Amino acid sequence: MNVNATIIGQLITFWLLVWFVMKYVWGPITSMMDARSKRIADGLAAGERGKHELELAAKRSSEVLHDAKQKTTEIIAQGEKRGAQVVEDAKHSAKIEADRIIAGAQAEIRQEVNRAKEALRQHVAELAVAGAEQILRKEIDANAHADLLEKIKSEL
Amino acid sequence: MSEHELIPSQAPAAYIQHHLHHWAIGHGFWSLNLDTLLFGALTALLIAYVGRRVVARLSSEAPTGLQSLMESLIEFVDNQVKESFHGHNPLIAPLGLTIFLWVFLMNALDLLPVDLFEFAGNHLGVPLQLKVVPTNDLNTTFAMAISVFFLIIYYSIKVKGFLGFGKEFLYLPFGKYLMPVNIVMKLVEELAKPISLAMRLFGNMYAAELIFFLIALLPFWAQPFLGGPWAIFHIMIVPLQAFIFMILTIVYLSLAHEDH
Repeated sequence: MNVNATIIGQLITFWLLVWFVMKYVWGPITSMMDARSKRIADGLAAGERGKHELELAAKRSSEVLHDAKQKTTEIIAQGEKRGAQVVEDAKHSAKIEADRIIAGAQAEIRQEVNRAKEALRQHVAELAVAGAEQILRKEIDANAHADLLEKIKSEL
Repeated sequence: MSEHELIPSQAPAAYIQHHLHHWAIGHGFWSLNLDTLLFGALTALLIAYVGRRVVARLSSEAPTGLQSLMESLIEFVDNQVKESFHGHNPLIAPLGLTIFLWVFLMNALDLLPVDLFEFAGNHLGVPLQLKVVPTNDLNTTFAMAISVFFLIIYYSIKVKGFLGFGKEFLYLPFGKYLMPVNIVMKLVEELAKPISLAMRLFGNMYAAELIFFLIALLPFWAQPFLGGPWAIFHIMIVPLQAFIFMILTIVYLSLAHEDH
């Protein structure tokens, strides 16, 4: 039980073992454990982030839904308004068209009447001349009294 | 001495004498205790082999058996280091683990029956002179304690500088007017560390082994009643002594890093 050269041998064994454990056992295992705890922390953080994102997405989707509803109502209202307007426009333009057609027809009627009057005037003038000719065959010269006849014609 | 088989109960003094001798070669200081070296190396190899095996099959997702054990040991040692040591030193924690594992395994050899190897050797015609437990040899405990001692000196000087460490010798604990007393106190304090480390472990294992020898002297029918409880008690001593050696190493090295 005295100290002898064995201590040198035991020192060598001890330090070889310390070196080996430090380099080939402690190092790899602790770095693996560190990596693992980092991965767990990352996973938890990602989960938390996912939850947060889900909340945001839910909020956004409800907002979008709300917007869409509002827009739909707007569009329907606009459509109804536009429909009414179209009907109104159609009525208006139909009225204008009808007025126009009526005016055209009246103008035509007036023209026809004028033409008929003209023709009648002609006929009456001719008849009057013919009558007068019949009556006054001898005295009345058509050429000599042309001015008079024109005057009468225009007065008719 | 080991030419003939010793019957414990017939020659108790010779039996115990026999068991207190090492398997040694050489003379004086230059003798080597081959049994200490052999079993020290074997336990060291076992640690290295198992450590390598665990690392080779390292699994981050599903740690099994040995890996879980190794991980909890590493965490345990790491926590001990973090509790008492606040700087950064990559050596202390693996050193603590190595000390714990090696001392634990060497101490555990004490649980083998005291006469196992010699009994087997005698029956195979190879007379053996073996003192199996390496921590039962001052050479082993002092090898570790002196290593720790030099690490304390090294880190003290590295952290505090040569002057800082010198000042601790001169001015602490009683101030500069009691300088000679301070030097003596500090010397005793520093020298007590390795000596207490080495002697505590050696003393515990030596005493425990001696009691196993004494139990072996009793009649065979009485041995289980004393040997059993003592072995069970020893199951506690084995890790406890390993733990104490480790924790004191950590504490001493933390103190070496602390500036006053």
